[in-house]
Amino acid sequence: MGFFDKLKSAFTSEQPEVTETTEKYEKGLEKTRKSFSDRLNELFANFRSVDEDFFDELEELLIGADVGFDTTLKITEALRQEVKLRNAKEQSEVQNAIIEKLVDLYEQGDTTKQAIKLNADGLTVILFVGVNGVGKTTTIGKLAHQYLQEGKKVMLAAGDTFRAGAIDQLVVWGERVGATVVRGKEGGDPAAVVFDAVKHAKEQQTDILLVDTAGRLQNKVHLMNELEKMKRVIEKEVPDGPHEVLLVLDATTGQNAMIQAKQFKETTDVTGIVLTKLDGTAKGGIVLAIRNELQIPVKLVGLGEGMDDLQVFDPNEYAYGLFAQLIQK
Amino acid sequence: MAFEGLSERLQNAMAKLRKKGKISEADVKEMMREVRLALLEADVNFKVVKDFVKTVSDRAVGAEVLESLSPAQQVIKIVNEELTALMGGEQSQIAVAPKSPTVIMMVGLQGAGKTTTAGKLALLLKKKQNRKPLLVAADIYRPAAIQQLETLGKQLDIPVFSLGDQVSPVEIAKQAIQKAKDEHLDYVLIDTAGRLHIDETLMTELRDVKEVSNPSEIFLVVDAMTGQDAVTVADSFNEQLDVTGVILTKLDGDTRGGAALSIRAVTGKPIKFTGQGEKLEDLEPFYPDRMASRILGMGDMLTLIEKAQQDFDEKKAAEMTQKLKENSFDFNDFIEQMDQLQNMGPLEDILKMIPGMSNAPGLDQMKIDPKDMGRMKAIVLSMTPQERENPDMLSQSRRRRIARGSARPIAEVNRMIKQFNESKKMMSKMNKGNFEGMDGLFGNGIGGKIGKMAMNSMIRKNKKKMRKKNKKR
Ligand SMILES: Nc1nc2c(ncn2[C@@H]2O[C@H](COP(=O)(O)OP(=O)(O)O)[C@@H](O)[C@H]2O)c(=O)[nH]1
Ligand SMILES: Nc1nc2c(ncn2[C@@H]2O[C@H](COP(=O)(O)OP(=O)(O)O)[C@@H](O)[C@H]2O)c(=O)[nH]1
Ligand SMILES: [Mg+2]
Ligand SMILES: [Mg+2]
Repeated sequence: MGFFDKLKSAFTSEQPEVTETTEKYEKGLEKTRKSFSDRLNELFANFRSVDEDFFDELEELLIGADVGFDTTLKITEALRQEVKLRNAKEQSEVQNAIIEKLVDLYEQGDTTKQAIKLNADGLTVILFVGVNGVGKTTTIGKLAHQYLQEGKKVMLAAGDTFRAGAIDQLVVWGERVGATVVRGKEGGDPAAVVFDAVKHAKEQQTDILLVDTAGRLQNKVHLMNELEKMKRVIEKEVPDGPHEVLLVLDATTGQNAMIQAKQFKETTDVTGIVLTKLDGTAKGGIVLAIRNELQIPVKLVGLGEGMDDLQVFDPNEYAYGLFAQLIQK
Repeated sequence: MAFEGLSERLQNAMAKLRKKGKISEADVKEMMREVRLALLEADVNFKVVKDFVKTVSDRAVGAEVLESLSPAQQVIKIVNEELTALMGGEQSQIAVAPKSPTVIMMVGLQGAGKTTTAGKLALLLKKKQNRKPLLVAADIYRPAAIQQLETLGKQLDIPVFSLGDQVSPVEIAKQAIQKAKDEHLDYVLIDTAGRLHIDETLMTELRDVKEVSNPSEIFLVVDAMTGQDAVTVADSFNEQLDVTGVILTKLDGDTRGGAALSIRAVTGKPIKFTGQGEKLEDLEPFYPDRMASRILGMGDMLTLIEKAQQDFDEKKAAEMTQKLKENSFDFNDFIEQMDQLQNMGPLEDILKMIPGMSNAPGLDQMKIDPKDMGRMKAIVLSMTPQERENPDMLSQSRRRRIARGSARPIAEVNRMIKQFNESKKMMSKMNKGNFEGMDGLFGNGIGGKIGKMAMNSMIRKNKKKMRKKNKKR
C-alpha cells in the first residue's frame, strides 16, 4: 500500500492494512501512539488556521527528527508556497497540500527504486564503511542472509582486524547464516585480508563478497587512508569493483552524519547509505539533507538486530514513518 | 559547509547592527536567533534550546547588554556562563560502596561504547587507583560480545567473568559478585548488552540486574554524535534505572556534541567521563567549560594547552622559546617540533582547539597526513648540517640536490621551505606574548578579541589548576 493510500485510510478512519514493514517502522512509536488519524487530527486541530505558528511548529518537528536547520527551512518554505499557491483554506486541502509536497520534496522527482547494484555475470563486491558502532558487521550478516535465501553464494571478508572480538563477531554471523568467512589475524593488515578474500571468492565462484571494515571516525586521516587502500585492492583485483560502497549511518546520529557522508564519499566514493537502528525512536532525518546536498541515496534500512531485520529502503515508507513521528510529536 | 561557531555568527549579526549605532531589544532578539541556530547545529535538542534561549534572553534584554558597548561579547559571555552552569561541575570520581565490592553497571543503546568504556574504566581503577576490578560479560545477545570483553581483559590483565551466553544476565551478575567477594576483588564492572530504551523486555532485564547487584554507579554510555533523540534516550534510561552518571564517547570525532547539553538538561545527572579514542587509555574526565566552548564552536583552548603541556617536553619547549627569541629557529628544531606534534595526535584536531580556528576557512581541507610529515622529514634529512642550521643558504641548486636526495619533487621541497619560513614567522609573532600576534589569525574585531578573551581566561584557569597540582606534590 502506498503512502497516499495509507494517509487516505487514516483520514477516513479506516483501518489501514498494515504491512509488516510498516509495523516495524512504527514499532518504536507504539508506546505513546494513538491512532494515526487521531494524531493527525490533533496536530491540525491545534491550529485553527495554517499560520506562522503552524509553520514554526512544523519547523521544530522537522528539526526534532534531525533533518537539520537548512533543510528544514527549505521544506517549510516550500510548504508555505504550496499552501499559498493552492489558496488552500479548508483544513483537508491544507493537509493534502502539505503531505504531497513533503513526499515530492523528498523524492525530488526521482522515484526509481534504489536497488543494490549486482554484477550479473561474475563476482559482486560490496564494501561497507562507516564510523564506530553504527552496524556495519550486523548489516553484513543480515544482507548475507538475504542473498543466501535467494540461492546466491556469499562470502564475508573480516576486514576489521582492529576492534577486539570483531573477527569473532563476523564469524558468528557467518555460522548463523551459513556463509564462508575469510579472516586474518587480529591486528593484521586489513588490506591483506581483502586481497585474500577476493582471491578465495574468485576461486570458489562466489556470487557476492561482503567486505567488513573497522569503524573509523572520518577525521582520522591515517584510518581513512587505510580504507582507501582496501578499496584500491578491490579495484585492482576485480574489474569495476567494488560494485557498491555502502556507508552505514546510525539513525540516532545528528548533524555529524553529514560530515561523515562527505568525508567517506571523498575517500571511498560511497554509492549508497544503509540507515540502521530505525527500530528506535530516532528517525535519521539527516539523510534528507545528505540526499539533497550529496545525492547519496539510502538503499537499505536496519530495523533490529535479527537477521531478518533489513529492508530495502522505500521512500514512501520512510516519509510515512517520519511524518507519523512528526504528528505524534 | 563547515558550521559557524557562535562567535562568528554573532560577529556577522553585529556587523549588520553596528551600522545602526544603537542596540535595541529587537537587535537582541536577532542575536538570540543566532544563538539558537548555533545550538541547533550542534545537535542540542530543540526543546532544550528553547528553554536555554529564553533564560539567556531574559538576562540579555536587561540593561547590562543594551547599554554595553560590546553587546555581542556580552551575549557570548552570558551564553557561556549559562551553558557552563548547566553543564554542572567537574565530577569524575567513581563511587565506592561501603562494603566491597563496588558494583558498576554499564548501560545504553547498541554500539554506544559500553564494552570499550568498561575496559577503560577497569584500567583506570587498576592503574590510577590501585584497585582490583572484575569485568563481567553480561551481554549474552550480541554475537561475540563475550569474546570482545575477554580480549580486552587479556590486554589489560584484568579478570573477566563469564558464564557463556545461555545463562541470564541476572544470574551472571549474582555469581560475579560472589566471585568478587570470594577473591577479594573490589570493583565489579557489569557490561550489559545494548538495547533500545523502548524495549520493555530488555529494560526489565536491566532493572532485575540492578536489583540483584545493588550497583553504586549506573553509567549511561552515550555516543557524542547523537542527535535530537538524545533527550528521549537519556530521559527514558534515567527514568527506568535512575542512572548515576553519564559517559560521553567518541568525542575524538569532530562532532560539536550538543547531546551533552540535552542529556544534562533532561536528566540533571553528571557527565563524569568522556571517551577520546578507541584505545583503552583514551578516557578523560568531563570538563564542563570545555564542552560549553566546543558546543558553541569556540574551540577548546584548555584541552590544547593541557595536551601541549602533557606532550611537550618542558625543557625543550623552553629551549624553543629561547630560539624563537633569538630568531635562530632552524630545520633541526622544525623536525623536533614535528615529532612532538605528531605525538600529540592529528594536527588538525589540535588546530581546531584554538578558538576561531575551528571555523577558519579551509581548515576542513587542511588534513595533515602523517605521511606528509614523513616526507617533510625526508627532505630535511637530505639537507647538510649547515643547511639545516642556516636555512637562508638554500639556493635553487641546493634545493635541486635535496629534491634528488629525498626523492621528492622540487616543488615539494620549495613548498616545504616556504612552510618552514611561514611557521617561523608565525611563531615569532605568537611569542610576543599574550598571543597578540595571533590577531591576524583569528580575524579582526570581535572574533579575535573573543578568541583572546577565551584563551586568556583558560590560561588563567589552567594556571590556577597547575598551582593546585603543584601544591599537592
Ligand atoms: N536496534 C538495532 N540495533 C542494531 C541495528 N544494526 C546494528 N545494531 C546493533 O548495533 C551494535 C553495533 O553493531 P555492529 O554491527 O557491531 O557495528 P559496527 O561497529 O559498525 O560493525 C550491535 O549491538 C548491533 O546488534 C539495527 O538496525 N537496530
Ligand atoms: N573513536 C572512538 N571509538 C570508540 C570510543 N568508544 C568506543 N568506541 C568504538 O565504538 C565501537 C562500539 O563500541 P563497543 O564498546 O563495542 O560498544 P557497545 O555496543 O556499547 O558495547 C567500537 O568500534 C569501539 O572501538 C571512543 O571514545 N572513541
Ligand atoms: Mg564491526
Ligand atoms: Mg558491548
